[in-house]
This record gives sequence, structure tokens and C-alpha cells, in this order.
Amino acid sequence: MSLTADDVKKIAHLARLGIEEQDVASYAKDLSGMLDLMTRMSDLDTDGVEPMAHPMDQAQRLRADRVTEQDNREKFQAIAPQVEAGLYLVPKVIE
Amino acid sequence: MNSQWETVIGLEIHAQLATQSKIFSGASTAYGAEPNTQACAVDLGFPGVLPVLNEEAVRMAVVFGMAIEAHIAPYSVFARKNYFYPDLPKGYQISQMDLPIVGNGHLDIDVDGVTKRIGVTRAHLEEDAGKSLHANFHGLTGIDLNRAGTPLLEIVSEPEMSSAKEAVAYMRKMHELVRYLGICDGNMQEGSFRCDANVSVRPKGQQEFGTRTELKNINSFKFVEKAINHEVERQIELIESGGVVVQETRLYDSDKDETRSMRSKEEANDYRYFPDPDLLPVLIDEDFKAQIKAQLPELPQAKKQRFKADYSLDEESATILTSSRQLADYFEAVVKESGCEARICANWVTGDLLAALNKAGLEITDSPVSHERLAGLLKRISDDTISGKIGKQVFEELWQGTATADEIIEAKGLKQITDTGAIEAIIDKIIADNQDQVEQYRSGKDKVFGFFVGQVMKEMQGKANPGEVNKMLKAKLQ
Repeated sequence: MSLTADDVKKIAHLARLGIEEQDVASYAKDLSGMLDLMTRMSDLDTDGVEPMAHPMDQAQRLRADRVTEQDNREKFQAIAPQVEAGLYLVPKVIE
Repeated sequence: MNSQWETVIGLEIHAQLATQSKIFSGASTAYGAEPNTQACAVDLGFPGVLPVLNEEAVRMAVVFGMAIEAHIAPYSVFARKNYFYPDLPKGYQISQMDLPIVGNGHLDIDVDGVTKRIGVTRAHLEEDAGKSLHANFHGLTGIDLNRAGTPLLEIVSEPEMSSAKEAVAYMRKMHELVRYLGICDGNMQEGSFRCDANVSVRPKGQQEFGTRTELKNINSFKFVEKAINHEVERQIELIESGGVVVQETRLYDSDKDETRSMRSKEEANDYRYFPDPDLLPVLIDEDFKAQIKAQLPELPQAKKQRFKADYSLDEESATILTSSRQLADYFEAVVKESGCEARICANWVTGDLLAALNKAGLEITDSPVSHERLAGLLKRISDDTISGKIGKQVFEELWQGTATADEIIEAKGLKQITDTGAIEAIIDKIIADNQDQVEQYRSGKDKVFGFFVGQVMKEMQGKANPGEVNKMLKAKLQ
């Protein structure tokens, strides 16, 4: 499978990645190569093989429902670009 | 509504699970805290943090699944739903996609006396987002992440509702159920229970669905009905005037009673779900299920049937009394404590008590009249110490103060007069004073009888046993 430059730009946009125009062609080539590998794997007979959700064959450990976190707002907000009235301020988002 | 058209509605309900801590972190979920004081490094999406799943959230999801007789997945998987919005700083929401924890179930709703079974496609666990505040921040948006990471159960119905009325009935029933199960506080003002509606119309008889729109921002039963009705009308008008419905998300504006386009959903698959590598698959074994099953409370439907059968209640009383677990418990406690006929207890609870609670804006759990004190009153009515009418007066006193019914009856001298001699003397006096009415009654004007009863009761300050008064009056007036 071969990705176009536009595909690469779209994928980068979806992932909010800033990429340089000059790198687009090489990304397209590398990503296409990965997809080709996937295609080759798709040719394998996987009948009877359980789909895997995680490389580790283990079950999720569960946590008891207890509040263990303290209020660290001051520390977190000390490194935030802009705060006011306890809120993090971000560029305007309009729905 | 135009009868050539058929409405198809599916609902997605988001119920915040009533856990103490968040679904993937140990931060508190308590509502109303100062902004960002309950948002820890995990909720803020700091690099290097890892989510750890809250057992209680899993348990609550399973409880819900059992209550709707759904398939409980022995193996379920969390996935990342990618989107960039400051209310979830990670850049994705942890949710479930292909393998949700709760599969196919159902819920029965009653509309106009007809029971309809609505399929529940699935229910999955996910994290809630934070809140964006758009007021007065010099053109910026303020973000409060206290809500980020609060566990949500997203309950997705089949598109099987065919009117706004059915949608409301389904939403109410679901609301009642999650509160019964104790898995969600159901507080709609605080956003603990919210709903999105997928709405489409199609010509009657057509098999395939029309294009649907998704209505968001619905946080009351009233609005769900209005929003859907409005949207159905909009779609029909649009199609009839030659237009095409576009698949999109629309926001309901309750002030203007209209829906408006929010964002196009055409690129919906750009959420690019994939299994979250930070979380292992959740395995639910038979032991875990058996434990939960053993603790499952009696469900509303079963309780209602039992109330009708065991207490000989009518449909309406049984429905009201089982509308919340706390109210049902209160009623049963009154019956047990008072030993009175259940129907009388039901009348007092659904009548005077609920009216007073509604008026004061209180829940049954905050009732100033405990079940013991109400039972004390009902005992005195059923053993004829006081009449039902005086009972209402005593109830007022119970509501206002802390005295028991017996103390009130004693202190105010409200005991019913059972001394027939005393009643007789008063009847004789009233008959003597009202000869005109006596003539009327004897000439066949039965209505005058009420006048006599009223006079006697007035004279006796309501303390005479009405049955006794009726009997004696009838005899005297012959």
C-alpha cells in the first residue's frame, strides 16, 4: 500500500503532529513500508488464533476505590502557561 | 405529527458511577470542589503516569449488566478514543470500543399502559472529561479538570423508540434503575446523568433508517422530549421541502427551544480507536459474578409486582412507592412498624407525606417524619383513638416538631370521643336546633345529611368517630 503526501499530512494533522514539508516524502515511504509489512502479515493463516489486545498475557489488576491523591493544584499550576481563579487557561475553544 | 412519517430514536445515556475515586486515579470524584483541586497527575495527562482501574467501577458496571439481563463480557478491553480538546489533556479518552464490559440487554418501558421492550446494545466504561468555562477570561477558555477521569457508564440503546414519549419513558426508567442499584446518584443538575439522542425519520413502512442527527446537551426529562419533538419536526419539514438531512451533532438550546448544528460527524471514524497499551484486558470470572449476583437488590419491576401482590396495592400506588428504593423501604418500614393495613399506609405515604416532601423540596431520606413516627400516627387511626381527619392535624404537628403522635394526641386532647352518650347529646341538640333541615331530610332530600354530619363534627371539634356519627344520625333522623 502506498501513501500519498496528502495522506501523510492528514495523518499528521489527526495526531496534531507538526511535520516539515521536506520530510513528507520520506514519511510517506516509511509508513507505506510498514503498511506493506502489515499486508504481508494479513496473508498469514490466523484461523484459530485468538485476537490479542495486549502483548502481555495477563489480566488487569484492579485498585480499591479509595481516594489516595492530595490536592497539588498549586504545584501543577506553577508550571502551567496561564492560570486564573484556579482554572487552566487555554486558547478559546468554541463548539 | 405528520402521520406519513415514522420516528426512530436511540439514546446514549451517560451515567456517572458513584465511586469515591476516579476510574483510573486516586483523585476524589466529589462534586463541587474548588476548580482543579481534585485533578491529579493522571487526570492531567502528565507524561509517564499510568492508569490503574478502579474495582468499584467494574463492579458497578457488572451490577448494571445483570439488572438489564445482559451478557457480561468475561474479557473486555479498554481503547483510546483520540481527540484533541483541552477538557482531556491526554489527547484521548479511555473508553471501550470492540469489547465492552456489558453486552446485549433490555429494559421494559410502559407508555400509555402498553409495555414495550427496548434493547440495550451495550454499556461500556469510560472516563468523563473536564469542564470548559467560556466566561470572561480575556478571550481565553478556563479549564476545570475535577471531572476529568470520573467513571462513566455509557449505556447505548437500540434504535427502538418511536416517539419522544417513549424516549422519556426509557430515560426515566433507566434513571430509576441506576439509582436503585446505587451505582449513580442520578443528579441531573450536576450532570451525573445525561443523555444524547440519535433521531431520524423515515416514510412509514420503509425498512432502512433515514439519516440521523445526534442531539447533545440534554440534561432533563423535559428537554429530552422537547428536543426530540423539535428535531423530528425540523427533519420532516426539511425533507418535505426538498432538503436532505445531514448527519451531524446538534446542540439543544433550551432557552430558544431549538437545535443548532454543532459539528459535522462525517469524520467520526477519525477517533482512531485502538486498544490502550496502558491497560490490560479486564477478566471477569464466574466467582466475581456470583458475588455480585448475591448482592443484587430487588429490582424496581420485581418490587412493584411484589407490592401489588403482597400489599394489595393498585398499579398507581405501587408505581409511586417503588419509584425509589428509599421510598419503598420507608413504606415497608411503616407497614411493619404500624401493623396497619398496607393500603392505608400507602395512602399516607403517597398522599400527605409525599405532598409535604414535594412542597418542601425534600427527598424521602430527609423526611422530618421518620417511619416510626408516621407508624405511631397510623396505629392511633386504625385503633380509632383518633379519626383520619384529626390524623391530618397530628401529621402537621409531626412534620413541624419532634413529638410522637401519642404525645401530640395527649397534649392537644385529640382523642376521639367514643362515648356514645356524649355524641347522642350533641346530635339531639343539633336536630332540635335545625328543624327545617330535618323536615327537608325526611321529605327525601338526602343531601341534607351531610349538613348534619358537618354540624356534629364541628360541635365535637372533629373528635367524634365519623362512622359512629353517621350511624347514630341515621337512626335519629328516621
